[in-house]
Amino acid sequence: MDLPTLWAFILAFAVFAYVVLDGFDLGIGILFPALQRGRDRDQAMNSVAPVWDGNETWLVMGGGGLLAAFPLAYAIVMPAIYTPIIAMLLALVFRGVAFEFRWRDPRHQWFWDLSFAGGSMLAAFAQGVALGALLQGIAVEGRAYAGGWWDWLSPFSILTGISLLIGYALLGATWLIMKTEGRLQDRAFHYARLAGIGTLVCIVAVSLATPFLEEAYYQRWFAWPNVLFTAQVPLLVVIATAVFGLSLHRRYERLPFLLALALFALSMVGLGVSVFPDIVPGAVGLHEAAAPESSLIFMLVGASILIPVILAYTAYAYWIFRGKVGHEGYH
Amino acid sequence: MLEGFDALLLARIQFAFTVSFHFIFPAFTIGLASYLAVLEGLWIWTGRTVFLDLFRYWIKIFALTFAMGVVSGIVLSYQFGTNWSVFSDRAGPIVGPLMAYEVLTAFFLEAGFLGIMLFGMNRVGKGLHFAATLAVAFGTLLSSFWILAANSWMQTPVGHAINEAGQFVPVDWWQIIFNPSFPYRLTHTVLGAYLTTSLVVGAVGAWHLLRDRSNDGARVMFSMAMGMLIVAAPIQVVVGDMHGLNTQEHQPVKILAVEGHFESYPDGAPLYLFGLPDVETVSVQYPIAIPKLGSLILHHSLDAPVEGLKTVPKQEWPPVPIVFWSFRIMVGMGLLMVALGVLALLARVRRRLYEWRNLHRFAVAMGPAGFVAVLAGWVTTEVGRQPYTVYGLLRTAESVSPLDAPAVASSLIAFVIVYFAVFSVGTWYILHLMYHPPAPAEPGLEGGTAPIRSAGITPAPAVDPNRTIGTDEQEAR
Repeated sequence: MDLPTLWAFILAFAVFAYVVLDGFDLGIGILFPALQRGRDRDQAMNSVAPVWDGNETWLVMGGGGLLAAFPLAYAIVMPAIYTPIIAMLLALVFRGVAFEFRWRDPRHQWFWDLSFAGGSMLAAFAQGVALGALLQGIAVEGRAYAGGWWDWLSPFSILTGISLLIGYALLGATWLIMKTEGRLQDRAFHYARLAGIGTLVCIVAVSLATPFLEEAYYQRWFAWPNVLFTAQVPLLVVIATAVFGLSLHRRYERLPFLLALALFALSMVGLGVSVFPDIVPGAVGLHEAAAPESSLIFMLVGASILIPVILAYTAYAYWIFRGKVGHEGYH
Repeated sequence: MLEGFDALLLARIQFAFTVSFHFIFPAFTIGLASYLAVLEGLWIWTGRTVFLDLFRYWIKIFALTFAMGVVSGIVLSYQFGTNWSVFSDRAGPIVGPLMAYEVLTAFFLEAGFLGIMLFGMNRVGKGLHFAATLAVAFGTLLSSFWILAANSWMQTPVGHAINEAGQFVPVDWWQIIFNPSFPYRLTHTVLGAYLTTSLVVGAVGAWHLLRDRSNDGARVMFSMAMGMLIVAAPIQVVVGDMHGLNTQEHQPVKILAVEGHFESYPDGAPLYLFGLPDVETVSVQYPIAIPKLGSLILHHSLDAPVEGLKTVPKQEWPPVPIVFWSFRIMVGMGLLMVALGVLALLARVRRRLYEWRNLHRFAVAMGPAGFVAVLAGWVTTEVGRQPYTVYGLLRTAESVSPLDAPAVASSLIAFVIVYFAVFSVGTWYILHLMYHPPAPAEPGLEGGTAPIRSAGITPAPAVDPNRTIGTDEQEAR
């Protein structure tokens, strides 16, 4: 594997880490309005308070990593999805400060709860829209984006926006199943069932739409003999969904979360099948956009040492705060 | 309202706005993280509970400030692409990896241990908790290291080549990181952050001394802050001078603008204390100047000649009035800091540190001085670098994204509204926390000050006496 491909995989890993980690805490924000004021909401928030900041760091890693490893792609993509990105950034402001602000000002807690929920929803939706906008293809001329600032808006990008919103809600609900007990956990089971059905519908809809967006996507999925490999992805989705339904039915506490992660992983693989080896879908290839070798090697040295270390201490932090959040006193 | 502006100017205003707003928070948290580590270390070492009380007092403020720093910082990592895409494409191979290292070494470290630092005291015990605090403090410093390496390279670019696509290609990473202005800029910035923190801590201590001079927590924090100030402020003056000389060597036009030296002075340039630089008439209006002092400061010689801005093409000039004034504001604040440090030292020698009310009033007034100085300093160096993003090589006008002005204008308006609304409220909460005096055993959330806690959380578990650290983190919040 050459350096640009290796970096594409590292970035894909960072994006996946972001999606599943921030996914569940954004998901809790998305479910927030449905949770009862008081204890339920406090517990839900406390279940992610010690880790949300680390989760969001993967987003900076994704953005910074793209700038570093594929500067041309970063330069073309960001102006193309200008509006959803700005919306996401502002939404994350509202949602991030709510973690602290809501405890400081009980009289206005309703407002910061709203800011937490609204920020989480808008951030999730905007991320999905950005993904859809890139998948449907953007106008590129030379080394720059050549379209307008509303090109991102389409039925497909709205579909991907809603899909990610529901998918994150699924991660949030299954996380709550794992971290809570009693009434809140019962509700979480209920929401996990709804979000699970929703996620499945969305996966099917996006999967049906994507191959017809671009001829290349169609080829990558259905050309012989690729199809022998690519057909495994939907097959695994079916299996994962079936096991997921069963795990909810039998009220397993950890399995639903793990299967939600599996569904996200499979969706990510599906995405990779459609796009690879492009980095700006349909416009710029990995190698064309890659930074010079001296940049990639310099970073690879650091990344190969630091990413395992990061994963180790992140795991440690999660382990410190393991177990049910119900009887916790923090905040 | 903004229709007269083009996309370039709007993008510049937007970046200046978001980066300045962002830097307010790290300017405070870099120092505060270190201060918290010192407090916790002193508590473990001496066993004096006042240090634990102060640790708990300040960690609430730290948590709020840090959250605002995080969310405003994420914005920046994407703004390079949204608003400065050509810069990202050209300079990405060099600036990108430096920022990636910042994420990998610093951001993850801070974020990973922040949860333990804020919420984990009961779960991990004293020693590991202290390690987490140290990790966060160290993370903030590492973050400064990398981001200033990137910024300094943009100011004094070396160690690169330019490829056929016009991209800056790294040739020697050592040279790129340790570029000529980096050591000065890093030291100056970190000291600035430490000074900012000691001025805030000092102001809060002084405020509570004015109300109750027997408050032990207030006495300790005031004493520590003033001690830091008398050490760091004079060092900062020296470092600032060295940084100025370094700038003089690598970015002479910036210094000419800072000094308002339009004319050439073959036998020694004056120092303008005051004046209104006018680019139209190419002169300083209403000047108050000291002859030859400019040459003394810049060249350490009274008669050293200075070649003025008039010898440089006008399109190479930065906006002279802005840097002229931002520099004077920064220096003025710096001198006031030294004055406060000296007065506090005097008071300490005469054993009146906790009694001299005018000193306390002065310290309260100086509370925001660090923020003012830090922002003015950054304005000086960043505006002074204009019209370039990568100095001498890539013009700001060439760096901008191909965006329509309305797109940039609407996002700018959105940023201004959201930042002012959200961060003003956050600042209000911080001031509210500072308004409460530090109390023995910092009850924080019991009795009269209960509202900080939300109602309805289940009671804390029984405290395991073997792991008791004060009481528990519930109080620390």
